[in-house]
Amino acid sequence: MSLLSVRDLTVKFGSRTGPVTALNGISFDLARGERLGIVGESGAGKSITGFALMNLLSKPGYIDGGQILFEGEDVAQMSPRDVRAMRGDRMAMIFQDPMVTLNPVLTIGQQMIETLKAHRKLSTQEARQIALVKLKEVYIPSPQDRLDQYPHELSGGMRQRIIIAMALLLDPKLIIADEPTTALDVTIQADIMALLLEMCQSNQVGLILITHDLGVVSQVTERTMVMYAGRIIESGPTRSIINDPQHPYTQGLINALPQQTPPGQRLKQIPGTMPTLATMPKGCPFHTRCALVGEGCMTHVPSINQFGSSFVACHEVHRLQNEVPAEDVS
Amino acid sequence: MSNSVFGNQPGAPSKPSRILAIWNSNIGYSFRSNPVAVVSMAVFLLIVLAAFCAPLLAPYNPYDPAQIDIMNSEYPPFWVDGALEEFSLGTDDQGRDLLSTILYGTRLSLIIGICAVAVQTVLGVSLGLISGYVGGRTDNLLMRIADIQLSFSTLMVAIIFLAITQAMFGSEVFSRYAVIFLVAVIGVAEWPQYARTVRATVLAEKKKEYVDAAKVMGFGPLRIMMRHILPNSLSPIFVIFTVQVANAIISEASLSFLGLGMPPTQPSLGSLISSGFDYIFSGSWWITAIPGVVLVVLVLVINLLGDWMRDVLNPKLYKG
Amino acid sequence: MNSQRDKTPLLRVDGLEKRFDLDRGILESLKFKNGKLAIETRAVHAVNTISFEVEKGDALCVVGESGCGKSTIARMIAGLLSPSGGAIHYDGARIDTLRGKALLPLRKKLQMIFQNPYASLNPRMTIAQTLAEPLRYHNPGQSKGELQDKAISVMKSVGVDPAWGARYPHELSGGQRQRIAIARALTVDPEFIVADEPISALDVSIQAQVLNLMLEMQETHGLTYLFITHDLSVVEHFGTKVIVLYLGSICEMADTRTLFEAPKHPYTKALLSAVPQLKENQRSHIRLQGEIPTPINLPSGCPFRTRCPIANTRCAQEKPQPLQQADGSVVACHAVEEERLGALNPA
Repeated sequence: MSLLSVRDLTVKFGSRTGPVTALNGISFDLARGERLGIVGESGAGKSITGFALMNLLSKPGYIDGGQILFEGEDVAQMSPRDVRAMRGDRMAMIFQDPMVTLNPVLTIGQQMIETLKAHRKLSTQEARQIALVKLKEVYIPSPQDRLDQYPHELSGGMRQRIIIAMALLLDPKLIIADEPTTALDVTIQADIMALLLEMCQSNQVGLILITHDLGVVSQVTERTMVMYAGRIIESGPTRSIINDPQHPYTQGLINALPQQTPPGQRLKQIPGTMPTLATMPKGCPFHTRCALVGEGCMTHVPSINQFGSSFVACHEVHRLQNEVPAEDVS
Repeated sequence: MSNSVFGNQPGAPSKPSRILAIWNSNIGYSFRSNPVAVVSMAVFLLIVLAAFCAPLLAPYNPYDPAQIDIMNSEYPPFWVDGALEEFSLGTDDQGRDLLSTILYGTRLSLIIGICAVAVQTVLGVSLGLISGYVGGRTDNLLMRIADIQLSFSTLMVAIIFLAITQAMFGSEVFSRYAVIFLVAVIGVAEWPQYARTVRATVLAEKKKEYVDAAKVMGFGPLRIMMRHILPNSLSPIFVIFTVQVANAIISEASLSFLGLGMPPTQPSLGSLISSGFDYIFSGSWWITAIPGVVLVVLVLVINLLGDWMRDVLNPKLYKG
Repeated sequence: MNSQRDKTPLLRVDGLEKRFDLDRGILESLKFKNGKLAIETRAVHAVNTISFEVEKGDALCVVGESGCGKSTIARMIAGLLSPSGGAIHYDGARIDTLRGKALLPLRKKLQMIFQNPYASLNPRMTIAQTLAEPLRYHNPGQSKGELQDKAISVMKSVGVDPAWGARYPHELSGGQRQRIAIARALTVDPEFIVADEPISALDVSIQAQVLNLMLEMQETHGLTYLFITHDLSVVEHFGTKVIVLYLGSICEMADTRTLFEAPKHPYTKALLSAVPQLKENQRSHIRLQGEIPTPINLPSGCPFRTRCPIANTRCAQEKPQPLQQADGSVVACHAVEEERLGALNPA
């Protein structure tokens, strides 16, 4: 049995002109200890996916249909009480901005002990010991002192380490990390990513890494899902997505990176912008920006089909193979 | 102004009219879906319309001594026994028709309230803008003055000022220019409220990149303040405007009630309440009660509208 | 720098410094120290004695992590901040001392593009108003028709449909707004553009569009750029020269190709190795100890020594001076000077 199994997840947002669909029939599986990357640009629905998995959507967003089976239980149907028991315990989340995730008026120790005692019957002393062990695991220097410090006394990288330690506190089965390093500097980002990878590997924790950065995904995850306008448009092993992307959008995204073009030449840009929820075109959501648009693209949403080692949602994927030789990325 | 610069380009999206645009905007939508705001607006418009059409609507002119007969004094309103048909809301102690007097009085109260707040707005917005944008010593000086003024209560300042002017010019002259004195004293006494809010908004706006962009373009400080910062600071100005109009109407009523405001010959709502107060226990309660209810309803709907506006214009909730 | 001495560079920055005082006025400076009252003004040392030159047609990239002072440099050159020390010369004339009306001629030559396209356009002005205002301000004599033609041609040149003139910024996407911001800078026909992280708030596919636009504008308008960024992959593509900044001091300054082929300063090496690569053969990354110290209390000697894996006692005592290397790059590092970089092997 897979750890997480999402079937046809649909999320809508109520608006004054009626509900708009933010996530459209998302399906995927995650095995125990597997690391999955969700890649997409802003507005693609990747963060909403993360929130929906934790059942953290707040008004006006709501889950309109589909299942989120986590260890066999449907998160979407859970009572608020069960959801609370699950969050932080079996499923943890790491957010983008380490500056606002920690409560500024409580010490690190208080926050960690509070989390522990909320889920386990522990004395404060025992909880403090566990917190100490976890801080040591994430290589925080002099962890004893850190427990009594307030978040503002620590740097951004240190805070994100502490947040990772807090996510690991109750030995969760799954960590959802939403852009965990976007707010950090490059040299620190590399450290945090290495740490996250190490923690997931050594503790057999599943990881869903939500990011816009293909480079980060390629360093950390085994499988990658590319999202566009609320749909999965390509998913497969990270290596093959990066080295041999099938969907024209994925290809465009990788080719648009500056390192894919020799200096001085024009970058290979994708024209236009992603449609918003209000301006979603008929048919394939990408057809307005796609160079290979065919007749079917304007009228029918492509279904996701296996193609080589990946799953691709594109009508023209066969034509794509013939006309554009796959770029040699490696 | 340069909306039309490229407006006549072929293929330019034809913009619906301004009013329609507002109606269809988030503000319009939130207004329509908020029954309290709709009812408040309706009542407010009704009162304003009735007050400003007073010469047309009122059966009598309370300022015309020829139409006042002391023999008609203290008739009760129509639902009480002993009412006269021609005075639907009864008459006051001088025999004036209460309905007409209230209509004229409401008009006076509204005029004083709005003009006083206009004075506050001009003073507060310009000083707040300068204080926030220029900063440094100027800011310190202006804000300390504001602090000092805020530490006196508005009513106390007004009472002292009005009592002195009344004593200086005599009540004859004072009565003639009472409206101007009231507008001036209420206007000047409350500018710091405005200045502080505007200053806080300006400080926040000043840090935004569009202001830097304007500076890099070489625009002068006056242009940046008026064309760039001020239009983006309007939301809180609108909100305080409504709240302050309600406050100014109350201030005016309180001062008139204390005999420092409008004279009995030109009664505002406050002086009307005050003049009826002597008769409240002798049975003629309506002289005080009916204008009192009008005052309360007027202030209430303005405050409710202000609350609604604050919710809508809150930049945290509404991204324009 | 191996600049030709016979022509003056377009922009010359000499010993530029910027301090932000944390304590304003005498009351905040008064502090209790060891039971005694002392006057001590704390300051953020954002930029410390920086010198460089930009030749016409260059695209000089300034790279560094947050808090290294790169935006401060941009804002001082654009005249939004006044330096605490040093001088800025544009085309041979000193500009950092100019005020008010005297700055107007410079404004037409030197423009700036900002990081956040959501904040850099006035939300209450339509696109047409935003573009027309600087045109009218800087060309008071011109007729409405001429100004309109100019505005339309600028909009077309940045790939914006002139019909958008009637729209407000919030009706546009981030990439479209950044195009408008670039168009606004181009309305006055500048020759030098300071770009402060112009693409870091944008999505990948949009970043490529905006970068392409900036390259195109460089060719068609003969622009010179000072490009502030934290993204090294953009630098490699866009810049002709690079300055690597750390805690307000220059670590390394070189031609782009030289820097990427042969980085010398340990910080440059660490920075390059930390960029996430798509390719499998990731350069194993050089781990730096700790994090950037606060610019309030700068470390003694070399600012990078607290995180440098090969720092020694000399680094703690003496601030390294920028020295020119054989391949033309300028490096401020004792280890490079003493040729003991061999110790810096990626973990």
